Amino acid sequence: MSTDTDTDAVGQLEHALEELEVSLERVSAADASERLAALLTEPAIGVKLPFEGVSIPESVTTEPTAATLADAQTGITPATFAIAEYGTVAIESRAAGDEPISVYPEHHIAVVAASDIVPDLTGGFDRLADRFAAGGDSIVFATGRSATADMGDLVHGVHGPGEVTVVVLEDR
Amino acid sequence: MAERSHASGQSEGGGGGGTASHTPSNSRAETAAHLRQLLETEGDAIHAHTSVSNLQRHEVFDETDDLEALRSEARAIKEDAIDRLPALIETVREAVEANGGTVYVAEDAADANAYVADVVDDRAATSTAAESASGRPSVVKSKSMTTEELDLNDALESEGIEVTETDLGEWVLQVADDTPSHIVGPAMHLTREEIAELFTEQFDPDEEFETAEELTRFARDHLGERIREADVGITGANFVVAESGTITLVTNEGNARKCAVTPDTHVAIAGVEKLIPSIRDLEPFVDLIAKSATGQEISQYVTMLSPPTESPTLTFDEPDEPIGANTDAETNGSTDREFHLVLLDNGRTEMRADDQLRETLYCIRCGACSNSCANFQAVGGHGFGGETYSGGIATGWEAGVHGQDSAAEFNDLCTGCTRCVDACPVKIDIPWINTVVRDRVNRDAEPEAYDFLVDGLTPDEESGGLDLGKRFFGNIGTVAKLGSATAPVSNWLGETAPVRSLLERTLGIDQRRELPSFERQPLVDWFDARGGEQESKRRAAAGRRAAHDEPTDALDREVVLYPDVYTNYVDTDRGKAAVRTLEALGVPVSVPDLPESGRAPLSQGMVTTADAQASKVYAALAEDLDAGRDVVVIEPSDLAAFQREYERFLPERSFERLRDNSYEICEFIFGLLENGANPAALSTAGGGGERIGTENGDDGQPIAYHSHCQQRTLDLEAPTVAVLERCGYAPRTSTVECCGMAGSFGYKREYYEVSMDVGDRLASELEPASTDLVVASGTSCGDQLETLLDRTVPHPVEVIAPDRGW
Repeated sequence: MSTDTDTDAVGQLEHALEELEVSLERVSAADASERLAALLTEPAIGVKLPFEGVSIPESVTTEPTAATLADAQTGITPATFAIAEYGTVAIESRAAGDEPISVYPEHHIAVVAASDIVPDLTGGFDRLADRFAAGGDSIVFATGRSATADMGDLVHGVHGPGEVTVVVLEDR
Repeated sequence: MAERSHASGQSEGGGGGGTASHTPSNSRAETAAHLRQLLETEGDAIHAHTSVSNLQRHEVFDETDDLEALRSEARAIKEDAIDRLPALIETVREAVEANGGTVYVAEDAADANAYVADVVDDRAATSTAAESASGRPSVVKSKSMTTEELDLNDALESEGIEVTETDLGEWVLQVADDTPSHIVGPAMHLTREEIAELFTEQFDPDEEFETAEELTRFARDHLGERIREADVGITGANFVVAESGTITLVTNEGNARKCAVTPDTHVAIAGVEKLIPSIRDLEPFVDLIAKSATGQEISQYVTMLSPPTESPTLTFDEPDEPIGANTDAETNGSTDREFHLVLLDNGRTEMRADDQLRETLYCIRCGACSNSCANFQAVGGHGFGGETYSGGIATGWEAGVHGQDSAAEFNDLCTGCTRCVDACPVKIDIPWINTVVRDRVNRDAEPEAYDFLVDGLTPDEESGGLDLGKRFFGNIGTVAKLGSATAPVSNWLGETAPVRSLLERTLGIDQRRELPSFERQPLVDWFDARGGEQESKRRAAAGRRAAHDEPTDALDREVVLYPDVYTNYVDTDRGKAAVRTLEALGVPVSVPDLPESGRAPLSQGMVTTADAQASKVYAALAEDLDAGRDVVVIEPSDLAAFQREYERFLPERSFERLRDNSYEICEFIFGLLENGANPAALSTAGGGGERIGTENGDDGQPIAYHSHCQQRTLDLEAPTVAVLERCGYAPRTSTVECCGMAGSFGYKREYYEVSMDVGDRLASELEPASTDLVVASGTSCGDQLETLLDRTVPHPVEVIAPDRGW
């Protein structure tokens, strides 16, 4: 993927996220840890990030217990890929605990490499089909904030996060 | 909280064929009273939600470039999956077992419920979850209509199991002891104020609940605790991918995610029809389901789990153990998760074998048919619904899983307007399913009555079988012919109180509804008396000379104008206007005495009668079609019969020939103008052709135009709008899907008030200034608007015809 395409993809993702009232942060791998530390609200929990040169801030608990999960204000997970057209991040449901960490805390921060942004749903399903073929077959497409209109008006942050931030690693 | 009556109004099943539709006038009154109460108590809330979802669906559909390709692809995947369903069941069994889970195929509700209760009891005995407050085994559920179909909650509770719904809407219903009014938004009939009142009374908070925000926070905390304590999480499944054993859950709140992965045991319950072959097949459905349901591009959470998943179990009564402590590090997977997939048959195998109901199994339960339905918007699923399911497609589901009696309770609320046809993401012909089930209900009522009808109607003859009103409206052509022959006496008689009272008691025709007035001279006779085809050829040639048109091939047409029942006997003016307009544009016309289209019997569920009519119409038109003449139709519902339902009645070549050569009147006029016909002879907004060519309509004369529902489904609203614009008008169209009259519907005593409620919304949306013209393409749309707006509402062709009458 060329740099231009990357830029376009990030821009498209940002645009889609704006409509969902989700902020997108562009950051280099070297600055990612510092930016994450600034974005999170403590107590925070997270999953080790699989991107080269990116470490999760020290204030983040990476081996949460049930109690820290219940108390956490922020949960940080990687996104395996993102779908620019819809503003979707793909969160794996795996042993490291991405699924509960992304859904229990009020604020979810998803970290995605710019090279993992696909343009549309078909691109997403291409990635998904590859993962399924390789045996990784539990994943969540998360788009925007948890919402309900069941109580008479639209309210965000029901069972899932009321605030979502997508951090794009521009050089990854 | 408003008193609600729907529970008593719902079918309890059984009842030996006793349906509302063929019992006499007291039953009509009961139905009317039930619907009236729903209009008053739930209608506004339902309308607010469904109409917004419907508009948003329209918007997102319009923005989706490849929508038709997506719908076709989704449809093809479902057709294929249902076709090889038995093999897919075996495929998913192998996949889930290979993943470490269990598949159970349940024959019926009792079977499914017993299996789930056993799973819960077994797990509760060994569970590591926190003890629930009651000490009873506990289950948390995410929203699932399939478990509503099973009455699973009652079944589990009778086994001593504590069940908590975690979808906020479902939980509200659980607290209120109410039933879903919509398959996607189950509690949409309740307002925020009603929920606040209910919750304040039920949970006795320090401060009374008021805002949706407060209610949602309370629900989240309350339900969060239930989820943390639960022994078992139960979810439905929007789709099940057979090859990988993947359960797909499409949600907005996040509760399904929590229910699926927080307790160590996950039970997913899905109808067998939810199976699709591979993960690739999921894509069009993920793309379509939220668009169809709420107009969102995609739902917040599309969860694709192939359980038992590796996600760590959460044990909240061991708060300081790292989550995933029970996970076996060596296999990098959870060792203590249990997963059961319960695949429910409950009548689906029989539906699959039923050529007419099979399509129902393609349904992805998005609720678009409910949202796009004017009657549903008015009364909601407590009126337009059976034991479990609601909306247009519910007739298929109820007939299949609960039996025909449950479908018969509400089936007549489908008017066949077809607006759901465009809305359905898998292109199910929902009106056809409603027609077929209505036909079956009719037949079950009194089989011998049906054969008699094929021969013709004698409305005064008593019958214990098929509803007299349906017989009357199904044979309206015979009635109209008789009415015309005896006009004006028939018209005077029809308006007398004793006759109206009799009509209401015997045929269920509401006394408040104005009856059509028959013309003494039918259109066909007028045309003959005027000199028939020869005279029309002369006038067309004169029209062409006057316009100085060079006869090009595109304009060298001959038209057979179809004299539908209403144009021929009731509203002959629009027929005359059509003839004059075509002639002025240089096209000669014939108006032969043609058979009825079969639309009227179709709308009453009299399929055999309609089938016979289709053959008669085609036989009568075959020579004209062979001679290259175009069939032009004024009444959109008759054109819709030619272009939609006839596909089921005629051989393919015959159907295609008629379909390809039949046109709606304004569509045909638009074609003539596009091909160079000179519009100078038409009447225009400015008069005398001065303002012709106001194509963008910006400075045109305001005109309110309500297109006909079936015309919209044929994509034929635009040509009328374009013709009006060319004639100097600035047409304003409505978003209300149907006028509420829908042929016979608005005449029926039990539905009169629903019809008026739907019509009121249309009238207030059009809100014409007193000087504005109001036009409508359908007869019943025009009648309805004339009543509601208290003014003349002509057909558009009457406005543009030369020498128009006002």
